[in-house]
Amino acid sequence: MMGELLDVLPYAVAAWVLLVGCYGIATSRSFIHVVVCLSLVQSSTYLLLLMIGWSHDATAPVFADVSTHARVVDPVVQALTLTDIVVGGAVTALLLALTIQLAKRQGSIDPDRLRSLEEELEE
Amino acid sequence: MSRQLASRTLAGVGVLGAGVLLLLALADLPRLGDVPHPYAARAVPAALSRDTANVVSSVNFDLRAFDTLGEEFVLFAAAVSALLLLRRFRDEEEREGEASFGPRDVWSAVNLVGFALLAPTMMVGLYVVAHGAVSPGGGFQGGAVLATGLHLAYLAGDYRVLRRIRPVAVFDVAEAVGAAGFVLVGVSALFVGEPFLTNWLPTGTLADLASAGTVELFNVAVGMEVASALVLLLAKFLDQALVVRGGGDDG
Repeated sequence: MMGELLDVLPYAVAAWVLLVGCYGIATSRSFIHVVVCLSLVQSSTYLLLLMIGWSHDATAPVFADVSTHARVVDPVVQALTLTDIVVGGAVTALLLALTIQLAKRQGSIDPDRLRSLEEELEE
Repeated sequence: MSRQLASRTLAGVGVLGAGVLLLLALADLPRLGDVPHPYAARAVPAALSRDTANVVSSVNFDLRAFDTLGEEFVLFAAAVSALLLLRRFRDEEEREGEASFGPRDVWSAVNLVGFALLAPTMMVGLYVVAHGAVSPGGGFQGGAVLATGLHLAYLAGDYRVLRRIRPVAVFDVAEAVGAAGFVLVGVSALFVGEPFLTNWLPTGTLADLASAGTVELFNVAVGMEVASALVLLLAKFLDQALVVRGGGDDG
């Protein structure tokens, strides 16, 4: 029973992080908060990828100081996680830049107080 | 207030429903640690055949170097578009002289630790980039360490110190050189009659610093690109913070 729970728990943690992030985005009062929540949603994918790569009694996929016959965890999902993190960082920077533009144009970063372009032109 | 309550309730119901579906899906996933790894079984021998100790680097810069090329240009494009969005407009430039660049309001302990860590952090960044093929790390990770390490100068000193050790024009060029370097190393394979991005250099001995052939060169190019892109981005964000603060002083 305990073993089975531990088998599912890591996946459940990834699902939990994903859902917490989604809830944060849906109820957010600030775009900076939205960007942070989006990063949280994305980090759940890192967790999921790394857990898929994990295997029993395996070490890191770096053969600098272990035998070349050592059992290692999956390096391919780790490389994908790296790609994931890099793209996530780039997207975060872009979104924060957009948030700054929004703050300058509309004086607010509350998603509920956004005005459409027409409203802005009418002013 | 009721609107906020409504959005919370709606989001809560949605998240709960999605959670139940996810839990049902989780039950069908393979047990942790029992997942078959057909790609790992092929990637590890392929990395070892090219004397690359860090298999993750081998996957990124040798086996799927073409994907990493795309990834590097995603980063490049995102950085360029963020820079475009963050450029100063004419009315902001007029206020530039009024923006205050005074010493930061931080504890002296932060000052001390910042200065003490500046040089070691930069060394760690260079080490991580250089040993990308041998130990955990590589161009992406080392580049991030380098760029953030540089900003300890801002934390420890003030904006003027940072501006002096971070000439933006130099990093502009370095970013382009890093991005172009990746492509040029890939193109170099064509001159020895191999396909684009082939690891054609002699691969040396496993776990030596000078091993893994072109993987090292790709790491250096990516490290340069990532470090410069981050430095430029942070420079623009800091610029904006000063503009916003300077604008606030007026009103």
